[in-house]
Amino acid sequence: MAVTKMFGASVKRREDPRLITGRGYYTEDMNLPGQTYMAVLHSPYGHARIRSINTDQAKKLPGVVAVFTGQDLKAGAAAGGMNPLPVAWPLPKETLEGGQPMPLPAWHCLAVDTARFTGDSVAVVIAESNAIAKDALDLIDVDYEALPAVTDQEKAMEPGAPQLHAETPNNVAFHWMLHAGDIDAAFSQAEVVVKHRLINQRLIPNPMETRGALAYWNPGSEEMTLWNTSQNPHVTRLLGTLTTGIPEHRLRVIARDVGGGFGSKISLYPAEAVAMWASKKLNRPVKWSEERRENYTGTAHGRDHIQYVEWAVKKDGTILGLRVKALANMGAYLQSGPGAGVPTWLFAPMLSGCYKIGAIHADVFGVYTNTVPTDAYRGAGRPEATYIVEHGIDLVAKELGMDPVAIRKKNFIQPNEFPYPSVTTFVYDSGNYPAAMDKALQIAGYEKFRQEQAEARKQGRYLGIGFSSYVEVCGLGPSAGVNATGFTGGLWESATVRVHATGKVTVLTGISPHGQGEETTFAQIVSSELGVPVEDVDVVHGDTGSVQMGMGTYGSRGLAVGGAALVMAARKVREQARKIAAHQLEAALDDVVYADGVFSVQGSPDKKKAIQEIAFAAYMGGNLPEGVTPMLEENHFYDPPNFVYPFGTHICVVEVDAETGVTKLLRYIAVDDCGPVVNPMIVDGQIHGGLAQGIAQALYEYAVYDDNGQLLSGSMMDYVVPTAGELIHFDLDRTVTPSPHQPLGLKGVGETGTIASTPAVVNAVMDALAPLGVKQLDMPLTPERVWHAIQNAPKA
Amino acid sequence: MKHKIHLKVNGVEHENEVEPRLLLVHYLRDVLNLTGTHIGCDTSQCGACTVMLNGQAVKSCTVLAVQASGAEVKTVEGLATNGTLHPMQEGFWEKHGLQCGFCTPGMMMTAIQLLERNPNPTEDEIRHALEGNLCRCTGYQNIVSSIQYAAEKMRTAVAQPTSAAR
Repeated sequence: MAVTKMFGASVKRREDPRLITGRGYYTEDMNLPGQTYMAVLHSPYGHARIRSINTDQAKKLPGVVAVFTGQDLKAGAAAGGMNPLPVAWPLPKETLEGGQPMPLPAWHCLAVDTARFTGDSVAVVIAESNAIAKDALDLIDVDYEALPAVTDQEKAMEPGAPQLHAETPNNVAFHWMLHAGDIDAAFSQAEVVVKHRLINQRLIPNPMETRGALAYWNPGSEEMTLWNTSQNPHVTRLLGTLTTGIPEHRLRVIARDVGGGFGSKISLYPAEAVAMWASKKLNRPVKWSEERRENYTGTAHGRDHIQYVEWAVKKDGTILGLRVKALANMGAYLQSGPGAGVPTWLFAPMLSGCYKIGAIHADVFGVYTNTVPTDAYRGAGRPEATYIVEHGIDLVAKELGMDPVAIRKKNFIQPNEFPYPSVTTFVYDSGNYPAAMDKALQIAGYEKFRQEQAEARKQGRYLGIGFSSYVEVCGLGPSAGVNATGFTGGLWESATVRVHATGKVTVLTGISPHGQGEETTFAQIVSSELGVPVEDVDVVHGDTGSVQMGMGTYGSRGLAVGGAALVMAARKVREQARKIAAHQLEAALDDVVYADGVFSVQGSPDKKKAIQEIAFAAYMGGNLPEGVTPMLEENHFYDPPNFVYPFGTHICVVEVDAETGVTKLLRYIAVDDCGPVVNPMIVDGQIHGGLAQGIAQALYEYAVYDDNGQLLSGSMMDYVVPTAGELIHFDLDRTVTPSPHQPLGLKGVGETGTIASTPAVVNAVMDALAPLGVKQLDMPLTPERVWHAIQNAPKA
Repeated sequence: MKHKIHLKVNGVEHENEVEPRLLLVHYLRDVLNLTGTHIGCDTSQCGACTVMLNGQAVKSCTVLAVQASGAEVKTVEGLATNGTLHPMQEGFWEKHGLQCGFCTPGMMMTAIQLLERNPNPTEDEIRHALEGNLCRCTGYQNIVSSIQYAAEKMRTAVAQPTSAAR
């Protein structure tokens, strides 16, 4: 394959040989001489006061090195303890009702007086083996006073509900507002108002690898090294510094192979921070391995909204306005990473969807409850918005007696209206929504399906078709924009391209892939930009000791932002090489042109130098043009001018068995537009995985707490992660609408499948159930729920 | 009290003294340093730890190391022979059957067992056979394709020596 064709080729992944032979390097695979093992004692209560903790018996168990509790840490890092976890995304007071700064109740790494959810960490044991550490947990005697708990956000806001934090009356962490356009005018002009209450249920992210850490304090150099399962090692380093007091330049965070994250591995959590602190305290490496049970009760969950939605529409289907009140369950504390930004900034600005809507008012109440904190989970806020828009527009269509395709087409932003400034202030970069929908309709054979559906109904079979035309914001993101939202970081990205003396290339990137395949796609980009074979390019990531700086992988930003930084760095290298080539070929710079890895003199094609020759000359260093420094190496920090906005239309076809309530997926068609595609095989894989998660939200997954704060779906036995048997073959297709501002024209794709698919599936099931009189159902659409809905529906 | 166990793992004999409560997966990972076999749950749902025990695909988190004494075990590290990938490994690489790679070793073991029992499975049969193995990244579509690739390749490989012998 010619190297210039690497962009757009389905190159086999370069990370696979090690992963298919068992030679991957996940955190749990790492061990150090003399290491100890940490086990965490979690609160068994959803809400409890800690009267006292007696660790004497645990400390006496042979093999136990130390036991620590909140009392050992509460003095703060400056006094030898630890600071509470920081909150990276406090919302600006200007966006909050009342205009006061948002209170940030402390989340201590080990609970000091009160445990606020069943996974809250109360003590740790450090021992010579993992088994001894776990044995010792049973010997810690905690005197708890159980307190009343509340797990539902609506109940938590009621007068008299149990209070989680003194600083936040009625458990309201924030009341955030986005009021755009004249909503009163929209509703006064409305011919029809459609109202509904939706539940976007709580989900458990379930990366197959749980969290883990190995912390090593080097007393000689006074440096901490943390191997962990982070999606963003540099961010983990900063949060770790703020929590432990270990200076940032003495703290190295390494995340080699990471077994999936889906947002749940962005934030810093108590255990990783305590492992670092304990390693320093004990002068021993400390290893911690999260059990799946701990992952369910202690690692962030996703979604969990109750949404009150009102649509102002005209009888012809024109949407005038949308009013949303969302109650977002934040759990017991705000997460250290995205946290409060997820149900606010990543949610409400996308309520316009693919449509021209003149007024949108969103009021979001973040509510504390006795549950594990919620945070980013694949899509993070955008699925919650897309569900409102794409399920809601179906409910509106039904009310108006319109076809779901017709109402979407009527309100679509048109291709000639880009860049489109949404009323919510986001500026959609590019799009062609009707084209993607038409392609999907064609694949589905929509009109023919309606005939089949009618025939089937006569035979007592209930087929349904559901649509979802989505647009999402990703490629997070322009720093000035995200700074203004209160996020205490930029979302730029960095890349270094280092061409070695022999022409081999090392790329250093600040993104931190954990399944997305950038070791391959980044090599493809460099190969395309510099004309070197793809196998000559290695991509280094996930190590703050090697990579200058970075923000990590989430928000579908790996290629959209990290890839842009890489392209800019590669082009700087190319320009530097061109200068050296001109010098060595004794030609004017303007006469030297580049093609396919070779610099040649215009008009004298024999006068040429390959980039590998230039690299060696740059290494030799003695014969370089004035002002050019040795070695071919360039670095670029890229701050995107805007987000990117991938879009598409998904169509789901189902059959519902009215006798059992079982939904069977018959077809799933996804037409997505993420601009030009670097590696189609990898992009398709990203969409497949996203679809699986989004479909599973519609049909299967639900994290359930009882009223006391016990997680009832507390293991993989009780929580339905879909298997191969629950899913089907997905039909994928694409349209290609480049982003005008991303250097390669591309948009992110990691979250599109999840964002788009959930409403498509729900809409299909509701379409199937329509003749049975079922009007509305909340997810997940389990057989039991569907069966009950059929039984309880008003009979015609 | 520790127990002496003997195992043959990927063709190599091992003899160790282990605690009776030690799980096979911990023995493989922590004693033999064969870290390709992963642990994804506490309840035998995820299948990441699947290995071959006397030719049967088992979840090694549900077998005690002492129960496996005297047995032959094959792990992902033993799949390739003399540097040549097993057709299943090749299939997963060719068809993008993995993303984060964490479930992959167990997934391949289960798939190899399937093909031993049913060399030419339908898509439905493949999906059914994988119900004890969870993957959160791929949506399974390319895993199915990978197994179909391996099945095709293994059928061809079986057919070839027969015709050559004639």
